[in-house]
Amino acid sequence: MGHNAPAVVNPEGIADELRALVGADLLALVEAHDEITLVVARESIERVMVKLRDEAAYQQLMEIAGVDYLDRAERFEVVYHLLSVTRNHRVRVKVSTDEATPVPSVTAIWPVAGWLEREVYDMYGVIFSGNEDLRRILTDYGFSGYPQRKDFPLTGYVELRYSEEDKRVVYEPVKLAQDFRNFDFMSPWEGAQYVLPGDEKASENASEKKA
Amino acid sequence: MSAETLEQAGKAAASGKRTVTVGNGAGSDIDGIENYTVNFGPQHPAAHGVLRLVMEMDGEIVERCDPHIGLLHRGTEKLIEHKTYLQALPYFDRLDYCSPLGMEHSYVLAIEKLLNLEVPLRAQYLRVFFAELTRICNHMLNLGSHVMDVGAMTPNLWLFEIREDCLNFFERASGARMHSAWFRPGGVHQDVPLKLLTDIGEWLDTRLPRLFEDAISLVADNRIFKQRNVDIAVVSKEDALRWGFSGPMIRGSGIAWDIRKAQPYDVYDRMEFDVPVGTNYDCYDRFMVRVEEVRQSARIMKQCLQQMPEGPIASLDRKVVPPKRAEMKSSMEALIHHFKLYTEGFHVPAGEVYVATESPKGEFGVYLVSDGSNKPYRCKIRPTAFSHLQAMDFLMKGHMLADVTAVLGAMDIVFGECDR
Repeated sequence: MGHNAPAVVNPEGIADELRALVGADLLALVEAHDEITLVVARESIERVMVKLRDEAAYQQLMEIAGVDYLDRAERFEVVYHLLSVTRNHRVRVKVSTDEATPVPSVTAIWPVAGWLEREVYDMYGVIFSGNEDLRRILTDYGFSGYPQRKDFPLTGYVELRYSEEDKRVVYEPVKLAQDFRNFDFMSPWEGAQYVLPGDEKASENASEKKA
Repeated sequence: MSAETLEQAGKAAASGKRTVTVGNGAGSDIDGIENYTVNFGPQHPAAHGVLRLVMEMDGEIVERCDPHIGLLHRGTEKLIEHKTYLQALPYFDRLDYCSPLGMEHSYVLAIEKLLNLEVPLRAQYLRVFFAELTRICNHMLNLGSHVMDVGAMTPNLWLFEIREDCLNFFERASGARMHSAWFRPGGVHQDVPLKLLTDIGEWLDTRLPRLFEDAISLVADNRIFKQRNVDIAVVSKEDALRWGFSGPMIRGSGIAWDIRKAQPYDVYDRMEFDVPVGTNYDCYDRFMVRVEEVRQSARIMKQCLQQMPEGPIASLDRKVVPPKRAEMKSSMEALIHHFKLYTEGFHVPAGEVYVATESPKGEFGVYLVSDGSNKPYRCKIRPTAFSHLQAMDFLMKGHMLADVTAVLGAMDIVFGECDR
């Protein structure tokens, strides 16, 4: 039987239909966990979205999520989740980008994209060309940096407190009484990608023996 | 004059056009007044939390409305990336703190979908049962505060009686009134005593209908309440789709979309219930949709009580769900499983899922990306309030300042969830 998550049934032949619809703009189509992901070219996102909305009846844009993959050349993925209330189906559309390259905005297609894009910009620094109101949204007034990036520390860089002397809130560099504890759960028997403490000389000895 | 223009604006809104003709209409006597900006919040009792609205006014009419949010941003998504799957669960209680179990539901289902883990039938019933109790609890707060925002006091007090009952039931089930952390990947944390189920059953038959129907009878046909809500913030079906509405907001706009019906999860496919929809697409409809949802929730809960079987309340897969404490006293293997699960936690196979459930406020989604480790690589939370609040500018255009509270009340916004 398996899991009891919301049962989204893929309509018959939906993968082929979407392949034909998106055409040359489609880079990959992934089917996993009964969910369909379309990876499309960044420049074509607006065109693809209009097609999905008008021809495939995906009327609603529910979510835009950013994901940061540090080791990729284009490190950011922008993930759109579409919902069709008439076909009772969801589809995911992905584009990738880096810090400097803007992603075309879809605000002209769905006004709801305005804030969703602002959030991705706020959290990851992904720029959306065509979004006329690309301000920060969740972070503090005057915040700098992009907190959801994988290279941004969990504790951030500044902390604030109310200063009794100055009678106002002051910002200071963050001071931790104890270092952030990030436990390592990677099993050395299951492919940890580093030298274990105490094993530094093991490989040297092995090479000496060979020599 | 302003009432007249409001009527014009309301008519324009109903016909899909939003033309604001203020200050130059016939008989206008406020030509000399310039536009000014009103700052609403962030500390305001009708803002339902820390919402700051910067409104450009023309007389008493809102021309532009810019919500500033993020004042309650706590970096939940970032924190979740640094916690194991189980440690991340209590953060969901703290998102929408008015309906904590609704938030947990999406998250545990997302993990189970990635693990492809089956949940025992009793646990599914318990989840649906308490998710619906959460819906009642949430709607009590929203309906009560909505009527209070537009001027009535008594119904709020009566509805809070019901909410207090609900919180006591949560406490008896999980030990915590609000932040239950009771839904767990693979089932629920612990079984409920039979007395609790019979007490809730009795409560559903006697106390809930009496208090609830009494309170609603005070406002549903009340002239003042209707004057404040009917024809306020009319949203057409097309606009509701374009602005990403969900839950009572989209049903209030006449679209019978309910994830519990369309994409059933847990045992919702075995439940009989109706999906109420609005006919005039205004704030009053959204209110009445919620009122009917409370009755339907009670109906679902009664069915759960009738059908709920005996059996385990969590998966018996010991690689995900920890063993019972009694078992640990005699079984070495159980002890090891317990230790491993509460230190390292379970590993989730690499992959990504988007799971959305019908939370009391609308579609609450979790986009979970796993890299195969014991911590989520990315957990994007799709809050309901974010999309709804974004439409404030669109909804408020041409309405009066006093309508802000009615529109906000009918939206059902909680900032823990909106700001994350």
